[in-house]
Amino acid sequence: MAVLKVTFTKAERDKLAHVLWVLNWISVVSGVILFGLGVFLKVEIQKRQELMSNHEIDYVPHMLLTTGIVACCINFLGGKICYDCVDTTKFLRWKLVMLPYIVCTFFFTFCILVGALMCYTMHNKLDELLYIGLRNAMRYYKDTDTPGRCYLKGTVDMLQIHFQCCGNAGYRDWFHIQWISNRYLNMSSSEVMDRVRSNVDGKYLMDGVPFSCCNTYSPRPCIQHQVTNNSAHFNYDHQTDQRNLWKGGCRQALLDHYTSIMQSISLIVFLIWLFELLVLTGVRYLQTAMENLLRQGDPDSESDGWILENSLAETARYNFNIIKNLGKCYQVDDDDPNINIPTIAQQEVPPRQILLEK
Amino acid sequence: MAVLRVKFTKTKRDKLAQVLWILNWVSVVTGLVLFSLGLFLKVEINKRWELMAERDIHYIPNMLISVGLIACAINFLGGKICYDCVDTTKFLRWKLLLLPYIVCTFFFTFCILVGALMCYSMRGELEGALTEGLREAMRLYKDTDTPGRCFLKRTLDTLQMEFQCCGNAGFRDWFQIQWISNRYLDVAKKEVVDRLRSNVEGRYLLDGVPFSCCNTFSPRPCIQHQITNNSAHFNYEYQTEELNLWMKGCRQALLEYYTYIMQSIGLTVLIIWLFELSVLTGVRYLQTSLENLMRLGDPESESEGWLLENSFVETARSNFNIIKSLGKCNQIDTVQNGDPNIDVPSTAHYGPANVPTKHISQAC
Repeated sequence: MAVLKVTFTKAERDKLAHVLWVLNWISVVSGVILFGLGVFLKVEIQKRQELMSNHEIDYVPHMLLTTGIVACCINFLGGKICYDCVDTTKFLRWKLVMLPYIVCTFFFTFCILVGALMCYTMHNKLDELLYIGLRNAMRYYKDTDTPGRCYLKGTVDMLQIHFQCCGNAGYRDWFHIQWISNRYLNMSSSEVMDRVRSNVDGKYLMDGVPFSCCNTYSPRPCIQHQVTNNSAHFNYDHQTDQRNLWKGGCRQALLDHYTSIMQSISLIVFLIWLFELLVLTGVRYLQTAMENLLRQGDPDSESDGWILENSLAETARYNFNIIKNLGKCYQVDDDDPNINIPTIAQQEVPPRQILLEK
Repeated sequence: MAVLRVKFTKTKRDKLAQVLWILNWVSVVTGLVLFSLGLFLKVEINKRWELMAERDIHYIPNMLISVGLIACAINFLGGKICYDCVDTTKFLRWKLLLLPYIVCTFFFTFCILVGALMCYSMRGELEGALTEGLREAMRLYKDTDTPGRCFLKRTLDTLQMEFQCCGNAGFRDWFQIQWISNRYLDVAKKEVVDRLRSNVEGRYLLDGVPFSCCNTFSPRPCIQHQITNNSAHFNYEYQTEELNLWMKGCRQALLEYYTYIMQSIGLTVLIIWLFELSVLTGVRYLQTSLENLMRLGDPESESEGWLLENSFVETARSNFNIIKSLGKCNQIDTVQNGDPNIDVPSTAHYGPANVPTKHISQAC
């Protein structure tokens, strides 16, 4: 009882082969698109690698890159096969390859689907990486004289200006960090010494933020020092003034940025997956139709094509038995005549009897 | 004595016509390129209209846009003509139009050249517009409560951060402007009142700059107030400190940006002009060779093509004479009474000499 059987005339088979040839070439292009998406994502992550604590997240763009290249190769081969399928003699060349090709491509499409789903699951990992990365970047903001960290100040400033954010979760994060280096603090001043002594770690903490936190939409010149001290500035109330500094935290801003990229990419990959599945279905029909044609013998007659020869349960059981037998042939089997077993019984013929018969 | 005469066989003529057809279509594309370059320039200038004073700099993108559209139309027609020129019968349709077309296109290519040269000459006007515009914008920086001016603060801040510049010619321009609004100044304080009284116009001036002047590449947190006061900040000397604020003036930064765009556009337009000229030369050769072919009568024979039938001087003289006579036929020629259409009362009597009427009746 074949699954989804369709009868093909010769003209229909030829048309199917031509259409599949074109679709396979379109799939090669979609493989290139996958590769391009992987490259784009890798570049986007590289751009802000200083703000991410490690490179764990690189597996997503790498997956997209490899899937794209493999998709190109598979579909290139598929295009060649479909092109040859118009001619029955050329089909014989590919006859043995086709079923393994279809099975491989079927499992490969799962890789594409996994790639699409990975893009969605990256969100949580990214959140964690950004939290740690930003915290470290803010901690090393003042270390512009330390090799390897001297660019962090510029990176954080550009980030806050470009993404219109301040601090990790908000501007108050800057109040818990010493972001002014000791090189620029007058240690002999009593005010500075008071601040340094006021906390356990001996850090110079203040209710001020770097200039890059300033909101460009503010109607008044930026207040970045003594932010919580209303009396230090004329006509200022820090609880109600919403436009002085950027309100959002940079972790959320970066997360939103990457999430939108990831969602777009995974949507495109999902569509590519559906397309590949469609092409694979067509190739399966073509393969079964050509094989049935060869069985019938007449190259111009009609033939049937199907997805599975028997029902799904039967096919699954049959394949499972094959796999079981594959496993079994490595076991020791008592019925195998090739195994050399020394037998206990021996024919005892007295040598006298043999001589007498002669 | 023809200028640059070339002999064309039938196959050469056909090939020339086909090549010119393709080149004309390429020229249509270049016309579109011209149009889009003009559009791009217009958009770029409009993006910063708040920072440019009223000057007539919009004529350049408008010129490029119109030249681009006309080039598309002219080359579309040229493509059609060249396509028809392969067939001698179809050529007869265009025979009378071809010479005027070539003359018009020749003068039109001058417009393209003028467009290219204008791009290079815009710099002076632009500098003037930017100086005035930036000065006004900085003056109105503090007026965020005045409708129509409330966005100037944001525009200037974004400009200084994006182009990495400060002030008009440098950061000191901010010292001469009151950029903090009176709404945020405590006029009850003695220090504020002192500053207000220290200058004639009663403005609150200080040696400070807005936060957008801060250099992101500075190793130390930004010093934007009391910039010239070394003792106000630890380990700071403003004469040697180059990394604290952006050193470049915004006028210079914007001018460099626009000059770069203009030079690229000017170069592209020059290349397009050379291309149009070469296509026009091909069309001229095709036209003269087909006309000579008509004169010879045999559609399969060879014919000659040239740029000008006689030498340059003779052609100029003959054209000048044509223009002179065009002018003359509208004048009243009073020197000779040769024009029969002009109504001049003549002094002569009608008819032959006076014949007495007696004689005529006797003859009857």
